[in-house]
Amino acid sequence: MKSAVIVFPGSNREQDVADAIERSTGRQPLHIWHRDAELPDVDLIVLPGGFSYGDYLRTGAIAARSPIMSEVKRRAERGTPVIGICNGFQILCEAGLLPGVLLTNASLKFICRNVHLKVETSQSLFTQRYSTGQVLSVPIAHHDGNYFADPATLDRIEDRGQVAFRYSDAAGNVTAETNCNGSARNIAGVFNDTKNVLGLMPHPENATDPQLGSTDGRALFDALAEVVA
Amino acid sequence: MSTAKAMARPDDLMGLTPGEYDRAVAILGRRPTQTELGVFSVMWSEHCSYKSSKKWLKTLPTEAKWVICGPGENAGVIDIGDGQAAIFKMESHNHPSFIEPYQGAATGVGGILRDVFTMGARPIANMNALRFGDPSHPRTRHLVAGVVAGIGGYGNCVGVPTVGGETNFDPSYNGNCLVNAMTVGIAPADRIFYSAAAGPGNSVVYVGAKTGRDGIHGATMASAEFDENSEEKRPTVQVGDPFTEKLLIEACLELMATDAIVAIQDMGAAGLTSSSVEMAGKGGLGIELDLDRVPTREPGMTAYEIMLSESQERMLMILQPGREEMAMGIFAKYELDFAIIGTVTTTGKLVVRKNGKVEAEMPVEPMVAQSPEYDRPWTKTPARPVLDAGNVPAHDPASALKALMSSPDLASRRWIWEQYDHLVRGHTVQRPGGDAAVVRVPGTTKALAITTDCTPRYCHADPETGGAQAVAESWRNLTAVGAKPLAITDNMNFGNPERPEIMGQFVGCIAGMRAACLALDYPVVSGNVSLYNETQGQAILPAPAIGGVGLLPDATKSVGIAFRQPGDTIILIGETQGWLGASLYVRELCREDPVARQVWAPPPVDLGWEKRNGGLVRAVIEGELVSACHDISDGGLLVALAEMALAGNVGFDIATPEDAPALHAFLFGEDQARYLLAAPDPKPILASAHAVGVTAIVLGRTTAGGALTLNGRVLISVNELREAHEGWLPSFMAAR
Repeated sequence: MKSAVIVFPGSNREQDVADAIERSTGRQPLHIWHRDAELPDVDLIVLPGGFSYGDYLRTGAIAARSPIMSEVKRRAERGTPVIGICNGFQILCEAGLLPGVLLTNASLKFICRNVHLKVETSQSLFTQRYSTGQVLSVPIAHHDGNYFADPATLDRIEDRGQVAFRYSDAAGNVTAETNCNGSARNIAGVFNDTKNVLGLMPHPENATDPQLGSTDGRALFDALAEVVA
Repeated sequence: MSTAKAMARPDDLMGLTPGEYDRAVAILGRRPTQTELGVFSVMWSEHCSYKSSKKWLKTLPTEAKWVICGPGENAGVIDIGDGQAAIFKMESHNHPSFIEPYQGAATGVGGILRDVFTMGARPIANMNALRFGDPSHPRTRHLVAGVVAGIGGYGNCVGVPTVGGETNFDPSYNGNCLVNAMTVGIAPADRIFYSAAAGPGNSVVYVGAKTGRDGIHGATMASAEFDENSEEKRPTVQVGDPFTEKLLIEACLELMATDAIVAIQDMGAAGLTSSSVEMAGKGGLGIELDLDRVPTREPGMTAYEIMLSESQERMLMILQPGREEMAMGIFAKYELDFAIIGTVTTTGKLVVRKNGKVEAEMPVEPMVAQSPEYDRPWTKTPARPVLDAGNVPAHDPASALKALMSSPDLASRRWIWEQYDHLVRGHTVQRPGGDAAVVRVPGTTKALAITTDCTPRYCHADPETGGAQAVAESWRNLTAVGAKPLAITDNMNFGNPERPEIMGQFVGCIAGMRAACLALDYPVVSGNVSLYNETQGQAILPAPAIGGVGLLPDATKSVGIAFRQPGDTIILIGETQGWLGASLYVRELCREDPVARQVWAPPPVDLGWEKRNGGLVRAVIEGELVSACHDISDGGLLVALAEMALAGNVGFDIATPEDAPALHAFLFGEDQARYLLAAPDPKPILASAHAVGVTAIVLGRTTAGGALTLNGRVLISVNELREAHEGWLPSFMAAR
């Protein structure tokens, strides 16, 4: 599998996700600087976590207008799998590749901790190694992860099975208490309507190594390794 | 000299004493220009010159087989094997953080990061040591909120995990909070970058952010006491831009992978002044700067302003001839400023031009060599009497435990460290909340253990014992996760050194630190001194904060404080006399008691026992005999046990040994050199302890069900205790 991690000025989890991909595929992905002229032919595009452009203006807003993003859009439309994690999710929303937007956490504070995620569907190339309803323990580390969309959009993405993950408790209960950042309907991750683009706030790449406390993120990268092989 | 002295001094000496001003005149052979006076003022400020502390700092041990570079450079460097080096330092940003907590703390993090990556290291972890005033003081909440947000705001954005630290509260910090930030980085041991200028004719290059009018005279401000007008000093606080810093880290490391850099120095305190003077001074050369080429944020800045600006995220470097264009390409990629602003010369002078006019022309060597050094008068802190536990009220253990675990100094710091990204980079093996953080060295099986420690109330009661204890506790914390302690960085926070009793605290703490460093083979490789932490004559409790770094050859062998499972045996390592003097038990629970609340001698530090007990603990962790380990410090034995129970959500059932001192002294005494171990099989540990003459006592077992049981009585449940322990800080911060 050939994969590419797009590095923006201020990205800071590009190596974390590259290491996770290597654990599943045995190969480091390409690191592509956002101003590189060409995006090579790859089977997977990753937008990593971080603070692109310092989160100045709105999170992800400036990176979403980087020239490379029009190529990412073209590839996504042609079906290339694209995953955006944390800041990558924010960029995908700002670029119009995913519905909704990420607002400041309800607590107004940065939050770094392990949370429980309920897998909403195993019917996607990203989540096929999970079972629907499975609960994962994965860290979050963000200041602006409060997912927002208007009610009609929320109804539509729910109807179409575009919600990938929700914040839950260890038993899979999705409640106000388990909503760590104020996200609409506890949404932690969403697909586009063709389900080849996934954005999520939590960091599955930081849950792929037994020494770091959880390996629940591993199956996501294993699935990608298999699908795009 | 006599003619110079006869000349009238200007009204504003910019913080220099009249004697220092006269010395500057003598060095120049004339009166300084305004720019030159500014340069002397910051270079000879306490902050930059260490004029009150130098004499004593020199007595600290700085050498060991594994030390590559000790104090004097931007940061200390130690060998961690496999051709790799760890580079680290801790630095204070106390004064700016009190004036403007968010930016003060944020730029403290930015500054210490630059000290470390200047030397060629990729920063892998940040730590901090914070001390605030009484929680009831109206300013405390505002400072905690701002400092924590500032540390997080900067560290999270640059993508360096903030993996731990310590936070205390004491009324003596009401007017002066302490914000000490530490960075640890990794570099190839044969690719360390130093600051000494070399090669006359080489280009002096400015990179990073533009220079603005912020932070002018910050170093001078940080070298004076606060008074009622300190609020007006806000313009001396710099403003941080972590996004630019992140780009600067990447650009510098990319350039460092080539052979283009001769020397490099960050622009920290005193900005362009101290970086150029230090580079020229260390190289025994001169530097000429053309300030018209310095990228500035606004037009019309004077030479004085440019030389003294403390704008952040800037570096000065000297490049090999002919490599300028390649270097410029790297900085252009990151959209950072890059400007050739001068050349290295053989004149030994710092020459500064602006608009073609010479604004400063100063001999560097005398400015550095003749920088003031004072042997300040000092008085030894009087010895305090030993508190007899029999004179201390014996409170019910259950209520005492609950009160202590929810007291400001022992309550959970989760509210703080959850605002720090402690996981970015994906190598954090032991997260905040334990004895020491453990961070893997990428690409190896190794990990570094990192801790920050100091017990100011011990240092206040007995500076020498307190200094030794701070070093010993950091050594113990590294040991408790299974690491071999290698070296420390120190951050000496004290009051006004011109007062003999404060200077006596400094001298005493240094003596204790020296003894501990020597006994534990644990040298000082870098550090920082922050004096004049006083407001309106009220000095802080002395705080020599120690940042310790240790090495684990195999990261998988590190242990945490959490009890892992029911049924493990709990073993107490070390001697327990039941020392209650200067303890948290006395401070928190005996406020009304006229005897106990006086200042009593803190627990003595027996460095021989520290070494023996720690050696045993490290060996049994290395032998994979231990499931959890915790050092016993603030609050004593029962608090340490409770912390292990809470961390693992596992209860315990223990009994006091037959020969134990009075129950309250046994449970809450703060005797040093002690650890708690949990182990599935205690026999090999007890045998090893016996073989080396270390006291090891079986206290009981870990249990299912979450009850904390002492001598057959359930004191409290894990859940009830957690509520108290986790609740204090969030509710304090949420209050209005």
